[in-house]
Order: sequence, then C-alpha cells, then structure tokens
Amino acid sequence: MSSKAIPTYLPAGLPIPIAEPDGLSAPYWAGLRENRLLVQRCSHCNTWQFGPEWICHRCHAFDPQWTEVEPRGRIFSWERVWHPSHVALAQHGPYLAILVEIPQADGVRMVGNLLGDPLQNVAIGTHVEGVFEHHAEFDPAYSLLQWRVHGP
Amino acid sequence: MVRAQAERTLRGRVAVIGIGETDYFRHGASPDPEFKLALKAILAACADAGLDPRDIDGFASYSEDRSDASRLAAALGTRRLRAATMQWGGGGGGCCAAVANAASSIVAGLADCVVVFRSLAQGQYGRFGQTTGIDTISGEKAYLMPYGVLAPPQRFAMRVRRYMHEHGVRQDAMRAIALASYHHAQANPRAVMHGKPLDEAKYDASRWIAEPFHLYDCCMENDGAAALVLVPAERAGEFRHKPVYVLGAAVGSGYRTAAMPHNSPLYASASFDTVAPDLYRMAGLGPSDVGVVQCYENFTGGVVMALAEHGFFKPGEANDFLTVENLTAPSGRLPLNTSGGNLAECYMHGFELVLEAVRQVRGTSTSQVQRNDVAMVIGGPMVTPVSNLLLGSEASL
Ligand SMILES: [Zn+2]
Repeated sequence: MSSKAIPTYLPAGLPIPIAEPDGLSAPYWAGLRENRLLVQRCSHCNTWQFGPEWICHRCHAFDPQWTEVEPRGRIFSWERVWHPSHVALAQHGPYLAILVEIPQADGVRMVGNLLGDPLQNVAIGTHVEGVFEHHAEFDPAYSLLQWRVHGP
Repeated sequence: MVRAQAERTLRGRVAVIGIGETDYFRHGASPDPEFKLALKAILAACADAGLDPRDIDGFASYSEDRSDASRLAAALGTRRLRAATMQWGGGGGGCCAAVANAASSIVAGLADCVVVFRSLAQGQYGRFGQTTGIDTISGEKAYLMPYGVLAPPQRFAMRVRRYMHEHGVRQDAMRAIALASYHHAQANPRAVMHGKPLDEAKYDASRWIAEPFHLYDCCMENDGAAALVLVPAERAGEFRHKPVYVLGAAVGSGYRTAAMPHNSPLYASASFDTVAPDLYRMAGLGPSDVGVVQCYENFTGGVVMALAEHGFFKPGEANDFLTVENLTAPSGRLPLNTSGGNLAECYMHGFELVLEAVRQVRGTSTSQVQRNDVAMVIGGPMVTPVSNLLLGSEASL
C-alpha cells in the first residue's frame, strides 16, 4: 500500500464499501470512482429513488435506470460525532456527518461528511456541493462522496 | 360463516399471569451465559404465576434472540411445543410485537400458555455500540459506515436533529426524560443506576456522544433476561396474581419507513404515524385514558417523537409538556419509565419496560402511579418495525 496522495476526511481503517454480491448497487460505486453521482430514476414513471432497489417503488417497473445528477444539494440534517465507535476513530474527532437532500433528484438523500473545521457551525438548509474522495490505494479501491459548503 | 370484523381484536382475550427476570448486570458482567439467563427468567416468571414450567407450550421473542425455542423446550421438559414466533427487526422495535405474537397464537387457538422473553449477555456475544474488524461492507451500511456513521447513536442523531429543527424542540425536553428515568431508578433496587442520581448540572456537563445526544441521552448496555407468561383470559383466575389484560397491540411502520439510507419520506419521526392509531383503535381508548407510559429509549430524542405520535402532546408543545414534574410518579401528568427504563434500570432491549407496565397495573411498582388501570408500552422509536401495547386491569375491560 503506497502513501496516500490526497488527505481523506476520516482516517484509514473504516469498512470499505462494496456492492452486494447480487450487484444491485455496483453502478453507484463504479460511478463514484469516475467522479459521477448516479441515482436510480424509473424510465417509466420518472420516480427517483435512493438507495437502490431492483424495482421502482411507484410503478413497480424493474431495473430503474441509473441517471447522472450534479452533486449539489442542501443540508437536511447533521450531527457532530465525538464518541468513537470504531478503533480507526479512537484518536480522531470530533467529525461532522451530514444528510444531504438533492433537489435535482426529487430530494433523495445521502449521508456524507462536511469538509472543513469539524467545530464549524452547521445549519440545516445550507447549500453544499459534492467532492469525490478517492481511496485508490486500497484493495478493493473505492470512492466516497463528501460535501463542502457552496454559497447561498 | 364469515365473522364480524369487530371480533378481530386482542382486547381482553389474553392475560399476563406471571413476570420474571434475572439480576441485571453491566454489559459483560453476567456470571451466566445468555441461554442460562433465559432459563432463569422463564422459571422466575412461571414461579411468579404459580405455573408448572412444563405447561408452557409456546415461546415468543424478538431482535433475533439467540435462545432457540426448541432448545428451551427441550431444556425445560416442555410437554408439547405449539408456538415458536420471532418478530423480525432489530433493536427494541419488537418488544411489544413479541407479546402481540404470543397473544395472537393464543387467541387463534394455536397455543394455551406462551412465554415471551428476551435474554442478553453482551459479554458473551459482543456489544451493540461498537464495531470492529469489518473489512468490506455492502448494502445500507456501505452508505453510512465509511462516513463514520457506524453505531446506533450516530445512526439516530441526525433524525432527532431534524425533528428538533422542524418543531423547535430544545435540549431541555430530552434532559427531562433522562432525569425522570434516573429519578425513578433511585427508588428501584433492581436498577443498575440505583444509587447513582442524575441532576441537571451533571447532565449538562456530561460529554457529547453525537450531538444532540449527551451521554445521558443514550441507553445503557446490559446483561440479563426478562420473561412474562400469557394465557387465555378465561384461565386468568387460576393463577396467583391479579391478572393484567392485553387491551391492544400494534406492530409495523408507515410508508417506506425502511427506505435506505435515511430516505424514509417521514424522516423526522419515531415510525408510529400509522402504528399509534392502530393501537388506540384496537383498545377503544385514547391518550387521555393512559395513566402511565413505558417508552423505549434507545435515545431520549426518540421518546419525544414517540410520545407526540401517540397524541400525548403536539410536537410544538414538547418543551412545555416534557418536564420532570410531568413525567414522574406518583401524580405527574404522564409518569414515564417508572422503573428507570433502558437509561437507568436495565437495557433488556425494552422487555424490562413490559414487565414494569405489568407491575404498574398490578400496583407493585417501586414508583407506583395513581392512575394505573391502563399502562402503555412503546417499543423501538425510530426503527422499523416498531410496536406498542396497552395493558389494563380487569376494571379497564
Ligand atoms: Zn416507476
């Protein structure tokens, strides 16, 4: 394992995300590695959904299409974590985790970290933009989607 | 002939005739393994009832309890096993559902005497609040764990933060819940936190776990076991204690509550939006009929949501309603978690709350309330499925 080229928000050692054995979320994880955010959108009824399912929850069409969306959203909720729940975080903290809603994808939500000072004030409704965080040196390699504050 | 819809109810059909528990220990401190704890609690519940344990013919539990019904039946010399039910879902969401499943088995004629139990020895099987040694992860956890959202406090803090934002709920409301639990634990010698009182200053000075949760907003982790025995209402008089009747029970959750990760349409919710009305409908009661509530506290914030969703106050009134005075026995407006609950008596995945509701109706609680004919239990705020239960005295039927 080579030394890290880019600093990551949380220290190494946390679980590595991979697709399920049945491959349901494989396009999502592959997309992040290519700096693309993919979200399921049903091609029959245009319903967005995240996390992925084999079926559209509205019209029950199978295999909703993976659609690229711009990683921009608003903070829907947040937390500042002080107590480490994993050995990798034992000497680290606090850190910020946020829940971001993405208006372009009908408000689907995803969890990430808010980059910057972990003690910064956080406000629900703040606009954020995505930052792809690559962990290429791991086996298997993976990428995360992080967020930073982006204007009003 | 098709029977009337109105007859499809648990109301008044089943009675709790015995309760039992082991000593409660800090996590990892039980001298007994988990299966032995289960046996001890079940035998204690049978002794309380005055029932031959071999007459049990059904077992019900939840949260993937590891004490298998068939193994219990063999160990106890059960003459014939007729019901073995396990409620799907983790955490305490099933603590009332397990009672409902047992009651349903009896009402449907599948069994006559069902024991409901939960047994936990985290020293033997590892803790809920810690994760280690996982190299790769997929499914819902893959969208959370790499971002440091690993353990229950981190999974639920954002939900509570959103609720506080939407309804203007202040930290004080959560603090009052913690203080009421600790207050009641000081009267309860079984409580792990007996002799360890909590006051406002101590709460405020305690460390953050995950904002908005202080240390005292989070449940303990404990070892122990608890059990209760149900029989058909017509047999209730055969046993030692005053029977406690099931007035109603409900299980489930609303529209797409399980949409992961954190994509439940009604996110800022304890998941009782559909389940609370079902409970009141079955029991034929409303919130003003309830004299005492035992509400599962994974975290105090979930209690705020759950009580509001059961109609005890409107979300915007939480700050005014949730005061220590209102939440304490004997005569608060709504005495809450009168044994100390998950925060201060014992974390038995909420099953200790069911036992305390039985004690309240019997009139044997260490913090007995004045209005004790109808007691509510609420299981598992913020998870899915959740469940709830109304128990009552003969006078409430
Ligand atoms: Zn569709």
